[in-house]
Amino acid sequence: MNKLPLLLKREYWEHRGGFLWAPIWITGAILILTVLGIISAEVFRSNAHVQIGFSLDELRRSISAEDIAKAANGLDLVQLVFVGVASVGLFFVTFFYLLGALYDDRRDRSVLFWKSLPISDTETVASKALTAMLVMPLIVLAVATLAYVAFLVLVSVWIGAHGLNPLPAVLGSHPIGMLLRLIAIVPVTALWALPTVGWLLFWSAYVRSKPFLWAVLLPVVALIANAWLGALGAPHFGGNLHLASILGRLLFSVMPGSWAGADGISIGNEHVTFNMNDDHVVSSLDPSHIYGLLATPNLWIGVVGGLVLLFCAVQLRQRRVETSV
Amino acid sequence: MSAQDQRSQDSRPLIHARNLSKQYGTTKALDGVGFDIEAGRIVGLIGPNGAGKTTALKAILGLTDFQGELSVLGFDPRKQRTELMEQVCFIADVAVLPRWIRVREAIEFVAGVHPRFSREKCQAFLAHTKIAPGMRVRELSKGMIVQLHLALVMAIDARLLVLDEPTLGLDILYRKSFYESLLADYFDENKTIIVTTHQVEEVEHILTDLMFVRDGKIVLAASMDEVGDRYAEVMVNPDRADAARALKPLNERQIFGKSIFLFDGIERSRLAALGELHKPSVADLFVATMKGTYA
Repeated sequence: MNKLPLLLKREYWEHRGGFLWAPIWITGAILILTVLGIISAEVFRSNAHVQIGFSLDELRRSISAEDIAKAANGLDLVQLVFVGVASVGLFFVTFFYLLGALYDDRRDRSVLFWKSLPISDTETVASKALTAMLVMPLIVLAVATLAYVAFLVLVSVWIGAHGLNPLPAVLGSHPIGMLLRLIAIVPVTALWALPTVGWLLFWSAYVRSKPFLWAVLLPVVALIANAWLGALGAPHFGGNLHLASILGRLLFSVMPGSWAGADGISIGNEHVTFNMNDDHVVSSLDPSHIYGLLATPNLWIGVVGGLVLLFCAVQLRQRRVETSV
Repeated sequence: MSAQDQRSQDSRPLIHARNLSKQYGTTKALDGVGFDIEAGRIVGLIGPNGAGKTTALKAILGLTDFQGELSVLGFDPRKQRTELMEQVCFIADVAVLPRWIRVREAIEFVAGVHPRFSREKCQAFLAHTKIAPGMRVRELSKGMIVQLHLALVMAIDARLLVLDEPTLGLDILYRKSFYESLLADYFDENKTIIVTTHQVEEVEHILTDLMFVRDGKIVLAASMDEVGDRYAEVMVNPDRADAARALKPLNERQIFGKSIFLFDGIERSRLAALGELHKPSVADLFVATMKGTYA
């Protein structure tokens, strides 16, 4: 009997608010802002009886194929923005989800209920890691995509109301292509996130109280102490920059797309270079670019480190049951 | 190997413990404890606070590390927890069901992970309560949470049920119905129950075996029948009190101007000569055995 799907479902039940409602509120806020923008543009227009800013009527007369291509690319960019903004929310939700994942149930003693069922600690830890790495990003992607579709409908109706045909721009954009590419990025992002997933779950399984302090302050204090020892001329670890980047990998790798800015990605193999091409959004998300990340040692060192931390989290989960004992 | 085979092949007791030890810092929670528990028994593990009861249960459930030899249903709880938990159920105290979970989610989850869970049994039991499927645990009263937990556990065809202070903080109606359901709808000769509680009076009539724990050691382990044979209480008039004291009673207390003596292993005929004979309650036996624990 494979218990994993049910364990993932359990995580969803417990954290429905963060997994589902947070991205709905965030993308909903963008949609509301869009509606407000449309309304204020209309009010401005009718109040002033003049055309301020870009004029839809003007556009209708002098529209060219190039303009349509630009508009289509603009739509692709908007789609990316929807996912991007929701992903910022996802980062915070994931971070605190992982910190609490193996701690909250020990604090409220419900761990004794979970442990009274025939589920191994490996399955438990795996379900939490997979939730953060795959389930949550996919839910966010789904919500952001639906919100983007709603956005398309809104803007199309508005433009259509002004006698402009939105279809050429919509048909020129790549909603499906973008979505498939974004889905293809998820596994790479998941591998990239492993060190942070492992680090946070490790402390979540380890501490008796205040997992945030341990997971966040400890590495920061280590970094500062090392720099201070260096300033005093005492023996210390030489590469403060390396230390800082390790720290960044441990704490911030669950930020979707954080790999784009990493050092390792632009070193060596030219396929690895990631450049956001604003003029052609869809091609900059090409899987051949993203999967170049798989050729960097940075990714794989992180994967190994993350797996070691997850292994330790499983061991701790076996021993540390309640926080009070 | 199926559970059936295991049962027939395994002639050893259900739980077999030798030399169990566990230390927290300098205090010995378990100090070289050994015991056997046979199938089909209801064992009361009774002791004062901090005597090591919960530690012993945790060791049996694989929730703590320990030194010594322990086999539960033929499994080593340290290494084979997952297999073990397919045949063992556990209710800690009232507060362990996750507060966010809905009743129907709890049922779906246990049904999904437990091969021996019967959804019908669980729902039949819940039908006698005020618990509705859409309710969250945090909306339930303490008593209802225990009813839900009991419904989940009784629907599992487990061989061993471990109860650690299951009725702590409940009113008497819930406490009574808890043990009644346990006896009427759950217990049979293939099942074994271990229970710890401070409310000795409420469990003593359902126990088949008694185990007193004190300072990490087992000070008494006997079946209720043996307890009845061994111990006797005699109500003695003041004029014969000295004769009674000469027989070295375990305990003496005064009531209505008479003395009540508790004796261990003295012939009935000799005691009957002193006064009126009673079967001692487990609570009285407990108090006598634990004399001086907190002194």
